[in-house]
Amino acid sequence: MQTIGKSVYRKEAPDKVTGAAKYAADFQKPGMLYAKLVISPYAHARIKDIDISEARNMPGVRAVLTGQQAPLVGEEIRDRPPIAFGKVRYHGEPVAVVVADTPFQSQTAAERIRIAYEPLPVVNTPADAIRKDAPLVHENLEQYEKGVMTYSEPNTNIANRIKIRKGNPAKGFLESDVVVENRISFSPSDHAAMETRCCIAEIAADGVVTITTSSQAPFMVKKILSDAFGIEAGKIVVHTPLVGGAYGGKSSVQWEIICYLASKAAGGRPVKLYYTREEDMLTAPGHVGLDATVKLGCTKDGKLLAAEIVYLFDSGAYADKSPDLNRAGAVDCTGPYHIEHIRCDSLSVYTNHPYPAPFRGFAHSEVLFAFERTMDKLAARLRMDPLELRRKNAIVPGHTTPTRVLLNKSNIGNLPRCLERLRELMDWEEGTLIRLSDRKVRAKGISCIWKTSTINTNASSGVILLVNPDGSINLMSGVVEIGTGTKTVLAQIVAEKLQMDVSRIHVRMEVDTQTTPEHWKTVGSRGTFMAGRAALAAADDLIRQLKDMASRVLRCSPDDLEVGGERVFLRDDPKTSVSVKDIAYGYTYPDGNAIGGQIIGRGNYILRRMTYLDPETGAGVPGPEWTVGAQGVVVEYDRRDHTYQIIKAVSVIDIGKVLNAKAAEGQVIGAMSMGLSFAGRETFEIDRNGIVRNPQLRIYRPLRFGEHPEYIVDFVETPQLDAPYGARGVGEHGLLGMPAALANSLSLAAGTDLNRLPLIPEMIWRAKEGVSHDSV
Amino acid sequence: MIPYDFEYYRPASIAETVRLFWVLDHQGKSPVYYSGGTEIITLARLHLIKTGAVIDIKHIPECRALGFEQNRLVLGAALSLTKLEEANPFPLLSKTSSGVADRTARNKITLGGNLCGQIFYREAALPFLLADSQAVIAGRDGIQRRSVHDVFNGGLRLGKGEFLVQLLTERSYSGLPYVSVKKRKQWETGYPLITVSALRKEERLRVAFSGLCPFPFRSAELEEDLNRRHVPLETRIDQAVRRLPAPLLNDIEGSSEYRIFVLRNLLAEVMEEMEGR
Amino acid sequence: MRQTPHARMGLHLNINGEEKTVTVRPADTLLDVLREHLGLTGSKPGCLNGDCGACTVIVGDLPMKSCLMLAVEAADHKIITIEGLKNTPIQKAFIEKFAFQCGYCTPGFIMNAHALISRHPQAGYETVKEWLASNICRCTGYREIEEAVMSCLRKPEMERTPKGS
Repeated sequence: MQTIGKSVYRKEAPDKVTGAAKYAADFQKPGMLYAKLVISPYAHARIKDIDISEARNMPGVRAVLTGQQAPLVGEEIRDRPPIAFGKVRYHGEPVAVVVADTPFQSQTAAERIRIAYEPLPVVNTPADAIRKDAPLVHENLEQYEKGVMTYSEPNTNIANRIKIRKGNPAKGFLESDVVVENRISFSPSDHAAMETRCCIAEIAADGVVTITTSSQAPFMVKKILSDAFGIEAGKIVVHTPLVGGAYGGKSSVQWEIICYLASKAAGGRPVKLYYTREEDMLTAPGHVGLDATVKLGCTKDGKLLAAEIVYLFDSGAYADKSPDLNRAGAVDCTGPYHIEHIRCDSLSVYTNHPYPAPFRGFAHSEVLFAFERTMDKLAARLRMDPLELRRKNAIVPGHTTPTRVLLNKSNIGNLPRCLERLRELMDWEEGTLIRLSDRKVRAKGISCIWKTSTINTNASSGVILLVNPDGSINLMSGVVEIGTGTKTVLAQIVAEKLQMDVSRIHVRMEVDTQTTPEHWKTVGSRGTFMAGRAALAAADDLIRQLKDMASRVLRCSPDDLEVGGERVFLRDDPKTSVSVKDIAYGYTYPDGNAIGGQIIGRGNYILRRMTYLDPETGAGVPGPEWTVGAQGVVVEYDRRDHTYQIIKAVSVIDIGKVLNAKAAEGQVIGAMSMGLSFAGRETFEIDRNGIVRNPQLRIYRPLRFGEHPEYIVDFVETPQLDAPYGARGVGEHGLLGMPAALANSLSLAAGTDLNRLPLIPEMIWRAKEGVSHDSV
Repeated sequence: MIPYDFEYYRPASIAETVRLFWVLDHQGKSPVYYSGGTEIITLARLHLIKTGAVIDIKHIPECRALGFEQNRLVLGAALSLTKLEEANPFPLLSKTSSGVADRTARNKITLGGNLCGQIFYREAALPFLLADSQAVIAGRDGIQRRSVHDVFNGGLRLGKGEFLVQLLTERSYSGLPYVSVKKRKQWETGYPLITVSALRKEERLRVAFSGLCPFPFRSAELEEDLNRRHVPLETRIDQAVRRLPAPLLNDIEGSSEYRIFVLRNLLAEVMEEMEGR
Repeated sequence: MRQTPHARMGLHLNINGEEKTVTVRPADTLLDVLREHLGLTGSKPGCLNGDCGACTVIVGDLPMKSCLMLAVEAADHKIITIEGLKNTPIQKAFIEKFAFQCGYCTPGFIMNAHALISRHPQAGYETVKEWLASNICRCTGYREIEEAVMSCLRKPEMERTPKGS
């Protein structure tokens, strides 16, 4: 192989180091107007009155928008007015929008809108939300339109409940020698992508709606605008330039809808809506919170028999993707272990918090934190090595998942091998708790990981390849370049298939939904698999056409031809050949006769044999494959003041096949960093009134340079047989086990169970000293 | 984007600066002195500060002074924190100020801005409180010298229209043994839970704090307790903790009871290091 | 005395070696002027609060967060933005070390690192850490950025200060 596995530089690299790379906010248009939001200062309040009269008469103001009863939007449940109507349900919810000639004018006018609120009781935790007497966040839940596999419970705050029923848990616990139960919780937090959300919307005289947006889901923007506002799908064109970090947060559709409404109100003129950091953190959807209880039973030698689990996902004010999140959490509710008897209720519950978007790992780092903390608790109870307990119960081909998918050597990676490698890399035999001085200890914690991608059962992806007159190729895919480098990997896949130099594959970075083939959404580590399959299909199509054309020129059967090095040649006599460039636009005979035309390769891929889950038992096929892995963290902890440093973070992931070595490693390290940052420091500080007190990067603090540990990444390669070159999804997996591994290492170091995130020294101090958390 | 307009002035002398302030004030423009300006820009963006005119003091020669005059260190209020750190005439100051914000921000943040801003940590005050420095302050009544204890201890006490020109510190203080530690909520980023700076002069320990209360402070009584060398360390710390002024901070960085816990450990560390020398 | 009694003022700026004249509000930040008036969109808005470093440019010979500086303050200095850097070692190193993913923080990191390398060509890890902790990268985990910067220093000191004690 020439290209696969090589650390090919990103195709867009030169643009990104020179400032030439363009993101949504970098675009200007003549006559462009600027929208500014007015957001709710309350988490839950009735809107008594909105006075826009003064704002409307301010200089430069072209339109002022307030909420309407219809249409409602939302991906899984249509429960959200794009601009609040009647009441506000979270701190930061859009209440009004001003459109004016300049950003200065729109902001100045927005400040003149007077809104009278009547505060309502706030639902502030998932546990509060399911109390019988809890205030309702949505009074009309029953009437909302819902997607498949969304099971709401009207007159409660339960937006969705997914049930997993496998085996006979009562029997499993009865047969267990040891039973432990553990509760965990953490509040919502944020993606904090460096690029805040931005959209430009415009409606032409012929009704064509053009959107430019920082989104992972341009095709979903198109669908939602079409569905909600009755616009012909063909009249919506969504552009996504480069996206400045997304991590799931830009797969929700919100700012585009508001921006479309703003343009509509301003007669279709181009309108830019740029979220400030504060709006990006408060208004735009964030990272889900979770309360969970996990109960495990096992034999005295550590064989897991039964699990009983309750996950309460904090769906915040609106459902949007939350019903998918709690379903994903249910599907892989146990971690990658073989357990016969499982009962899990996984719920999305409404609260008065900012609502969640997907977050890298899509509910998996969250449920793994709950489950893997319990595994360590169980190991401690058994006085068993936590790595040995995991090895003993590791899920392997022949076992079934919680939704009863029978695993085989293709649809799951090799977890035991990942654990063995982790054991070596972490120097496990040295011991897990090592005294360094009177005050300091070094401690090691681990977590297993797995994930399948519960994207829509009929999600598809397409690729088009156009041959240039010089024989090079233009590649077009609907995958958005959010930083994962997927489009460069697609170029490698095509180059490999066509046996040509990857530098001769030109990749279109921008997506526009009018001319780019659809890729469902750039989420779930599915870009390389789905778009990769489509790229292979397109390359095959191209090869077939090249051979067909060459067979006429070379007067032979297409079956005797091969393609490589931008030539088509006879297999047994490669000197007899024709250049791709000479047939790319058809072939012209010496006398001027011509045949054929521009060669266009096309390919698509749709997930196969995915099924809906049974509403009573959860049985069904939720995703194509499971990537597995084992991760660990080494900390040095000060027993006097409870501060600590993360010394080392280790990931061993079964990636199937490494397609681009440095890019894959970078994805894993980046995800690990994000997971440690989430686990160690990041949370929304939500007060008793549901107000988020830290919507700025000065007080919401992602990991900084120098706070990062040493990263160790290693790959196991168990090919997924139906994936391009066997590669498995890996964009999210580095994150999944970090919270649990960090908490496990610190629980060991501190000698107390740490079950809340983030793991700040004050929290450890409270756990050690038994001081309650509610004094602030 | 700053969502309102203000005028910008760049006077070249102290006298002109003061005169300008009162003229603008008379015009109802609520002028503010502007040094590094980082805080004014960030607060103005959110309407947390309202002004019709900013007066940039960075071009006043006295405000840029940096050096020893006779036996005194003269530091202009408009010097950036990184300039002070790189010149390093007062190592305790360099150490303490290097914990403020981040390196790039400190290229812009000035000594005067850190000391006179609204953000109440004002960590750069600690070394000057420990060194009993003098503040040179310009106002309608001319240029005055005041003890930093009168201006910066326990809160900012500048009269209307007054601005900090310089800080004067006896040369001997730059050579004294010192410790400065900043403890944060987590790792190495963010505001202080507590910053403590300490100096030893003539076998007596001096200690000043930021982050414990909504103002930096140094307390004679607290130092008295800490310096009772015949008393066991733990007892001294117990006594010192009782001397803390109210109110103790209780916010998203940390609760007040946790801050006390951190303080005890910090004091122990500081005392061990300073008394061990 | 320079003053601006009116809402708008003319301003001369020296940017990337070119003299530019713009009409601005005195309250406009340098970032506003670079992006909105001069079309230099390589400097990125990430927080407008001095927290993230995505808007870092070089003023004089120091990195500055252009959201924390009024444009009028920059009038007497030479300003370099990412558009003013061509084929520098740090740009090359960022590509070769895979020191970015989404690329949004990259101009700010490169400007900061470029100033560091120019000013302290033999900087050790502690200095690099002090300078680069001014910027946030949400994609990489910082290892590749560290490698890129270290590779441009004359006496690369690749050994990390051990964490903990």
